[in-house]
Amino acid sequence: MQILLKGGRLIDPVTGRDEAVDFHVVHGRIERMGQNLSAPASQVIDLRGKVVAPGFFDMHVHFREPGFEYKETIESGCAAAAAGGFTGVACMPNTNPPIDDVSVIRFIQARARAALNGLVDVHPIAAVTAGRKGEHLSPLAELAAAGAVGFSDDGDPVHSAEIMRRALEYSAMFDRPVIQHAQDPSMTKGAVMHEGFVATTLGLAGWPDVAEEIMVVRDIRLAEYTGGRYHVAHVSAASSVDHVRKAKARGARVSCEVTPHHFTLTDEVVRSYDTNTKMNPPLRTATDIEAIKEGLKDGTIDAIATDHAPHSFDEKEVEYSAAPFGIVGLETAVGLTLTELFRKNVLSLHEIVRKLSTNPRRILRLPEIRIEEGEMANLTMLDPNAEWVVDPTVFRSRSRNTPFGGRKLTGRPVGVLNNGQMFWGDERLS
Amino acid sequence: MPLQSRHLLGLDGMRREDIQLILDTAVSFREVLDRPIKKVPTLQGKTIVNMFFENSTRTRLSFELAERRLSADVLGFQSTGSSVSKGETLKDTARNIEAMKVDMVVMRHPASGATHYLSRVIEANVVNAGDGQHEHPTQALLDMYTIRERVGRLEGLHVGILGDISHSRVARSNIFGLLTMGAKVSVCGPATMIPRDIEKLGVSVVHNLDELLPTIDVLNVLRIQLERDAGRLFPTIREYHLSYGVTRRRLDKAGRDITIMHPGPINRDVEISSDVADSEHSVILQQVLNGVAIRMAVLYLLATRN
Repeated sequence: MQILLKGGRLIDPVTGRDEAVDFHVVHGRIERMGQNLSAPASQVIDLRGKVVAPGFFDMHVHFREPGFEYKETIESGCAAAAAGGFTGVACMPNTNPPIDDVSVIRFIQARARAALNGLVDVHPIAAVTAGRKGEHLSPLAELAAAGAVGFSDDGDPVHSAEIMRRALEYSAMFDRPVIQHAQDPSMTKGAVMHEGFVATTLGLAGWPDVAEEIMVVRDIRLAEYTGGRYHVAHVSAASSVDHVRKAKARGARVSCEVTPHHFTLTDEVVRSYDTNTKMNPPLRTATDIEAIKEGLKDGTIDAIATDHAPHSFDEKEVEYSAAPFGIVGLETAVGLTLTELFRKNVLSLHEIVRKLSTNPRRILRLPEIRIEEGEMANLTMLDPNAEWVVDPTVFRSRSRNTPFGGRKLTGRPVGVLNNGQMFWGDERLS
Repeated sequence: MPLQSRHLLGLDGMRREDIQLILDTAVSFREVLDRPIKKVPTLQGKTIVNMFFENSTRTRLSFELAERRLSADVLGFQSTGSSVSKGETLKDTARNIEAMKVDMVVMRHPASGATHYLSRVIEANVVNAGDGQHEHPTQALLDMYTIRERVGRLEGLHVGILGDISHSRVARSNIFGLLTMGAKVSVCGPATMIPRDIEKLGVSVVHNLDELLPTIDVLNVLRIQLERDAGRLFPTIREYHLSYGVTRRRLDKAGRDITIMHPGPINRDVEISSDVADSEHSVILQQVLNGVAIRMAVLYLLATRN
């Protein structure tokens, strides 16, 4: 397979390049890069007005396999990732069985290689504790050796300070982060939305921002005490952003991510009682969004990740308190990021590429994507000006639980290229 | 002029003229309840189902009586023994019942927003008989009716609501309704029972009951959930009673004629002492009677809206 990508604007934060470059790609390898390339016998793709960037990486997805294949499979999740502009993901361990054993890692890796001929790299995040129960450490070294890129009991926080301390100490030996869903569970029993005026009006049980903050503070101190590496998943509260900023300034080994929904929506949308507004952590306030945008700008927030959480239609078609937490995100993340952050002048395209590719890979110690002749092409292509309307019925994900259906966005992914496989528009080329 | 909505889901956002219409309509139904034959043919041929997913005696009987007084065909269930215990979803339960051609659904449900959800998935008119900690609109309407009956007006009155505001649907509906009707509302209780940012609704927050009493015309006393809350939302029942129990002594000290209300069932000598509950200040039993008239008015106005 030979492909000629013509006229795209290369944005590569690693080398700092920002210029129009043609790519001649042969069997997935970048054969030549330059101006006005021609290569007969190639499929030519016109990328004028489009952006070419190192492949995007979503460090927080739930692919539900094994165990909950009716919500998502690794194959459908990979298709959603490719359609959403991602060439790699890290999948969370709240499967059944959970990813607390090497056999599950191997299973996921095999499934991912078979999905779309390996177009999307799937890296497992293993459970911190056996069964994600918060009591005994998983075989962290063995899991890391098998390919786990980080550890998390995501969905269930590591509640015990002692277990968190030991996990940070132990995982530091092989330089893997402990990723925490920061929530003090004793303060959030039955909670379904942000605690504040809207929850008070709706009579819904509140999840106070301080329940996130105190966990972030505790864990940062444990990371500093142990020298471990700590990553806060999906920060939602202004106060958490502030603590991460101060910790970084002190030199703590701390990083964090934010989801597109947490920088786009506030708890006001819960007034509809639409269960697609129910996620954990919950949507918070305009003040929190401002702080998150500030944190994205000044580098406090390293990465944008989706927390892609598929649930079936029937699971969400219930009264609010009975619905599961979470929304799908892979197929709206890039559009929301370009609309809310690029169009609104919060981040430049370079900074967006850093937060969607370079930084999450660095946090998980994945090799840097090199866009050079002779390297395998791992690229995401974007149209930053395309106007489109989110239509969940065409999602590749097996689930459609999104609050963004019908939303107008500006900017979208147009294709990805990775491992010799290409996804372009509505079709897959190999 | 008909009601704006074809459902009664809550008083949040309900127009003043709609509340007025319900209160005025209830006056004529209240009069029916004093007749020797307390029945009118208004809803003959209409079928109403009462779906109670939470235990209730007073509200369920009040709705049922209102429906029968209007000559509607009435059926209903309480969740124990219904399909809910077999794991059926609310949507399926409601749709199956609707398939039997019912015109109106009255629902009580432990989940806030459940009636809003129900109104999206079925065609029948939906009446909220209490959804979680959100709203209990007919209770607030009957409370307002009772205040109007006793004091003559709502506009300009100062109403106190005392107790666990956080978990009370009665408090929320009363706040929405009373503010719309031009009353001033203060909520009172320990800080652990006052939900965050409630002042933004336009109410005052007072923690000291003895400071509140001399300023108010009406006090709506909420039931304390003894088993659930003692030790968590307040230290002990004794301490709650010392700080927030409505006693004759407290009222005398306030030196003001305060109308005492309670949505029931009351915990005697916890949130309210017997010498107040049974006194001339108390309108608790009038509330119960007026509840039937209010529910007749609501059902009538919704059924005849189209």
